[in-house]
Amino acid sequence: MRIELTPRPQIHPLRSLLSPVLAVVATACLGAVLFALLGKPPLGALYAYFVEPLTEVWSVHELALKAAPLILIAVGLSVAYRSNNWNIGAEGQLVMGAVAGSIIPILLPDASGAWVLPAMMVLAMAGGAAWGAIPAVLKNRFGTSEILVSLMLVYVANLFLDYLVRGPWRDPQGFNFPESRDFGASARLPEILSMGEWGGRANWGIVIAVVAALLTLLLVSRTLKGFEIAVGGASARAARFAGFDARATTLFAFLFSGALAGLAGIVEVSGAIGQLQPSISPGYGFTAIIVAFLGRLNPVAIIVAGFLLALSYLGGEAAQISLGLSDRTTRVFQGLLLFCVLMSDTLVRYRVRVHRRPVLTERVT
Amino acid sequence: MIEAVLLSIITASTAMLLAALGEVVVERSGIINLGVEGMMVVGAVSAFAVAQMTGDAYWGIPAAAAAGAAMALLFAMLAVWFATNQVATGLALTLFGLGVAGLVGERFIGLPGVGLQPIAIPGLADIPIAGRVLFQQNILFYLSIVLTVAVALFLFRSRAGLRLRAVGDAPAAAQALGISVLRIRTLAVLFGGACAGVGGAQLTLVYTPQWIENITAGRGWIALALVVFASWRPLRLVVGAYLFGAVTIAQFHAQAFGVAIPSQFLSALPYIATIVVLVLIASNKRFMMINTPAALGRPFVPDR
Repeated sequence: MRIELTPRPQIHPLRSLLSPVLAVVATACLGAVLFALLGKPPLGALYAYFVEPLTEVWSVHELALKAAPLILIAVGLSVAYRSNNWNIGAEGQLVMGAVAGSIIPILLPDASGAWVLPAMMVLAMAGGAAWGAIPAVLKNRFGTSEILVSLMLVYVANLFLDYLVRGPWRDPQGFNFPESRDFGASARLPEILSMGEWGGRANWGIVIAVVAALLTLLLVSRTLKGFEIAVGGASARAARFAGFDARATTLFAFLFSGALAGLAGIVEVSGAIGQLQPSISPGYGFTAIIVAFLGRLNPVAIIVAGFLLALSYLGGEAAQISLGLSDRTTRVFQGLLLFCVLMSDTLVRYRVRVHRRPVLTERVT
Repeated sequence: MIEAVLLSIITASTAMLLAALGEVVVERSGIINLGVEGMMVVGAVSAFAVAQMTGDAYWGIPAAAAAGAAMALLFAMLAVWFATNQVATGLALTLFGLGVAGLVGERFIGLPGVGLQPIAIPGLADIPIAGRVLFQQNILFYLSIVLTVAVALFLFRSRAGLRLRAVGDAPAAAQALGISVLRIRTLAVLFGGACAGVGGAQLTLVYTPQWIENITAGRGWIALALVVFASWRPLRLVVGAYLFGAVTIAQFHAQAFGVAIPSQFLSALPYIATIVVLVLIASNKRFMMINTPAALGRPFVPDR
């Protein structure tokens, strides 16, 4: 058996629109097989995963709560990936953003007023961007692999957070738990609708995320910077001829994606959590990579993709309760989804033919 | 004392060395597989599971190799046959592998493992210091050394190795000479997966004979950095791996000596050292240019 790929002369827009849908359907089918292997009813498990969380008000709120950081990070990553800069350390930038943003509520617990939250967000974006700048500067200056450096920095950031909450930033009244003090009211991201029939935990983070996605859409489609990013990603040579500075683009890509990951970090700790803990993210920085690819690096599509991956987190929890499925299934699911997304991307770009036997004769023209 | 330190360095390094050896072959064929961490962790859990169920640690080794290769096959199908983006596919493999290992390993948490026993080599085992450090070791240590030499000979002293490097440097030219680029790349990726799997087995059969979630703790990623450090040359990997092993265990010894540094900073050392080493190596541009496989990371679609 042999597989032959022929590049398609042009990419049909409908095909590239449908490919993520195809990937999701394929993942659901593989998921059904996985559930059957685990001895659970496949359809029941899929229902628990993907439908049940949408049937109750509180869980729709949870969905928005989890989608916000995913969308924020993925939108930033999409800009980096468009320009061929492989930032895979968003998890670390999220953590450092959360740490930087938490300086105010932890060191100045009496600070109050409307300035507190915006200041925390600015600090968080600066923190995330600074952490993201390290791989970019090292790549520009020395030619190191940004992939490995950004990933290594995830471990360093996590250890730094661990040190802070067990050491200098531990809550003095916290009975020795490794947690910071609770953030004051001014430092908490308010809920959109906390009371009433439709109330729940969802906070303004999701609104920030959607606005960030739309602004990024403007950036990539309507500005010179966006054009530079697209050209640099498509062909480094063409970008050089156009006089675009590849190093500046790399730095911009990492600062931008780092800042948005940092923002996601402060949204998470000032919203859902309300304090610093040794672990503040269930791998949002890595899952957001899947979100970015599922959204085909398009900021608007990323909003949809972010909700879908948020659903996989919630579905994992729901399936754990109703079917006794391990929540680790979620990770497997997410990995499968990325495989399917990449595969369907090939189907968009190439015509695929499978030959039973190897072709031995050369075609004579 | 010196014996104990050297032994612990070697024990902390062997997993990385094995995984990096596989990745050298993969990258020499022009493929970059960032899924080392995922293949390694699946190998680790498979080795533990099989050793636990059979009661014989040796069965864990082929199980880990097979599991790593199975993961690699998934990668080869996508990245080699269907020309998907190698960076993203490798990442997917890591995420998938960590999930699968967590799922499979759930029932093994807290169970006692079965460790590999050392094998003394008659005659050599009695040499002072070197005897205990090098010749009273477990089979995976011996394997890592034999494999290093074998991979070096294969890559640089055999016809098949020359073909593999040709595929990694100029796939189109290799194809024109009648070499099947995709077949060689597939085999290289499978070998890399088996090596990463066995590297994982070293963690659950020797380093800490039990199953802990995320037992690899970034070793797969450090193995990837080691490949760059060794400039894609197997013999240099040994130096690099033991250097990193030394950094890894430095934290335990520093704590034993009562060094007053927060433990988290010591734990961060291997990761920071990786970055420093990458910078030092990469700043020598000429050196990098000579050694880096020219077609590294670029999908190859044979045209007709």
